[in-house]
Amino acid sequence: MSKHRDVTQERRLVQCLLIAGVALFLAIFLVLPLVIVFVEAFRNGVRTYFEALTDPESLAAIRLTLLVAAIAVPANLLFGIAASWAIAKFDFHGKSVLNTLIDLPFSVSPVISGLIYVLLFGAQGVLGPWLEAHGVQIIFAVPGIVLATIFVTFPFVARELIPLMQQQGTREEEMALSLGASGFKTFLLVTLPNIKWGLLYGVLLCNARAMGEFGAVSVVSGHIRGVTNTMPLHVEILYNEYSFAAAFAVASLLAMLALITLVMKSLLEWRFGAELAARKRHP
Amino acid sequence: MSGRRNWLQRLRQESAIPGFGLALGYSLTWLGLIVLVPLAVLVLRALELGPSELWRIISDDRTRAALRVSFGLSFLAAVVNGIAGLAVAWVLVRYRFPGRRLLDALVDLPFALPTAVAGIALTALYAPNGWLGSLLKMIGIKVAYTPLGIFIALVFIGLPFVVRTLQPVLEDIDHEIEEAAATLGARRWQTVFQVLLPTVFPAWLTGFALALARAVGEYGSVIFIAGNIPYVSEIAPLLIVIRLEEFNYAGATAIATAMLFIAFVLLLIINLLQVWTRRRLGHV
Repeated sequence: MSKHRDVTQERRLVQCLLIAGVALFLAIFLVLPLVIVFVEAFRNGVRTYFEALTDPESLAAIRLTLLVAAIAVPANLLFGIAASWAIAKFDFHGKSVLNTLIDLPFSVSPVISGLIYVLLFGAQGVLGPWLEAHGVQIIFAVPGIVLATIFVTFPFVARELIPLMQQQGTREEEMALSLGASGFKTFLLVTLPNIKWGLLYGVLLCNARAMGEFGAVSVVSGHIRGVTNTMPLHVEILYNEYSFAAAFAVASLLAMLALITLVMKSLLEWRFGAELAARKRHP
Repeated sequence: MSGRRNWLQRLRQESAIPGFGLALGYSLTWLGLIVLVPLAVLVLRALELGPSELWRIISDDRTRAALRVSFGLSFLAAVVNGIAGLAVAWVLVRYRFPGRRLLDALVDLPFALPTAVAGIALTALYAPNGWLGSLLKMIGIKVAYTPLGIFIALVFIGLPFVVRTLQPVLEDIDHEIEEAAATLGARRWQTVFQVLLPTVFPAWLTGFALALARAVGEYGSVIFIAGNIPYVSEIAPLLIVIRLEEFNYAGATAIATAMLFIAFVLLLIINLLQVWTRRRLGHV
C-alpha cells in the first residue's frame, strides 16, 4: 500500500470494513459447516468415532465408493484426453457443438441424471425387459451407480484439458512428427508432459465429485445396505436413523477428502498456475 | 476404408497431427452412450406422454408448489450470491491482506464438500439447538425445516460460481480507466459504481446464471435442512425422487421435463440480457 492516496483504491477504512465483512461472511457460511462436521463426529468420544468407521456397513460403503471412483475417474480421464485431442488439435465442422454437448451433464440436476438411467435400464425402462430376460441388473446395483457417477463427472477432465491444449497449439507435436516420431510417441513424450498438471487438476476435481456424489447415485442405488450404499448414501441412512455421531463420523471422512482436494488444488494453482489452463488465476 | 478417409478429410481441415479419427470416434461414442442416449430417452418418454398428460401432471397443485419453491428460492439465493460473491471477489482481487490466499482457497469448499455432508452440517448448525439456530431462535427466526433453510443451503452451494466467474474479469480491468475517471473528477464510489461495475456486469450475469442453474437442480444439501413439507418446503428434485419411489415414471418424467424446460428458458433470457448489455456497453 503506497503512502499517498491512490486514486484507484478505496479509502483504508472502507477496505478494512469490506475485508472484515467478507471474512466474517465466509467464516459463518463456509468454515462453520466444516468445523461442525468434526465436532459432531467426536461428540461421543474417539472410541465411538472409530467404532462407527469400522462398522462392517461403513467399511462396505467406503469400499464401494473407492471402487466406483476407481472406474469412473479413469473412464472420464480417457474420454477427456480423446475429446481434447480432437477438439484442440484439429479444426472440424461441428466442433463448437461437441464442445457444448460435453458440458451438458453440468446443467442437469443430479436427480435427473439418475432418473435418465432408471428410464433406460429400470424394470419399466426401455431396456428393462431385455435386461431382465438376460439376468443383468443395472439399476439398484453397482453398474447403475458407476454409470450415474460417470455422467455427473463427465465434463471435469475435458473441461480442464481443452482450453489448455488449445492454448498450446500443435507446433511442438508437428516438430516431433517431422523429426520422425510416431503419433503415440509424440503424445507420450511431447503432449503429455505439457498437460500433466492440467490433467492432474481435472482428475482431482473429477475424483472429489465422484466420491461425493449423492443425488444421482441415490436415485439409482436402491439403498441396499452393505451392497449398493456409497459413503454419502450411508451418511444419509445413519442420519435418518438418528445415529448422528456415526453419520458425522462417515461424513468427516468425506470432509477430509474435500480438504485434501482443496489443498492439492491450491498447491497446483500456486505452483503450476502458468501450466494450467489460461483462465486459471496465477497470483 | 478409402471412403471413410474421404469422409474424415471432408470433415476437417488438413493437419499433420495423427489420431483424429480415433480421438473423435471415441469421444462421440462415449458421449453418445453416457450422455446423449440417456437424455434422449427422457425426451422420448416426455413426448410419449403427450402435451395434455404432461400439462395435467405439471399443473397439479403439489408439482406447481414444488416448482415454485425450487425456482423462487434459487432465484433469491442467486441474487444474494451475486451480491456477496461480488464483494468476495472484489476483496480477493483488489486488496492484499494476511490470510487472503486461505480465504481464496476456501471459496471452493462448496464445490469440494459432498452435498450430503453439507446438508447434515448446515442442518446441525441451523437446527433450533444448533450453534446458529439457537442464536437465531432468540430473535424469533426459524431456519432449519423451513424454506429459509433451503435458501441457506442454496446460498452455500452457489457462492463459488459468482466469485470464480468475476475474479479473472476484475483482474483484467485496466487501471488506466480508473485513473482517467479520477482525473475527470469522479469520486471513488462513482468510479466503482458507474465505471467499474458496469464493465463486469456481463460476467456477473454469467456467474448469476451458473449459481441459479446449480441451485435449481440441487438435492443433497437441501433435503436434510428443508423439512420437506409438501406445498411448503418440498423442492422439485425431491418430488421427482418421491414419484420414482412410487414407480410413477410418468410423474417423474413430467416434472424433470418441466424443470429442464424452465431452466432452459431462464438461461436463454439471461443469455439475451448478456448480449444486450455487451452491445450497449460496446464490448466485443
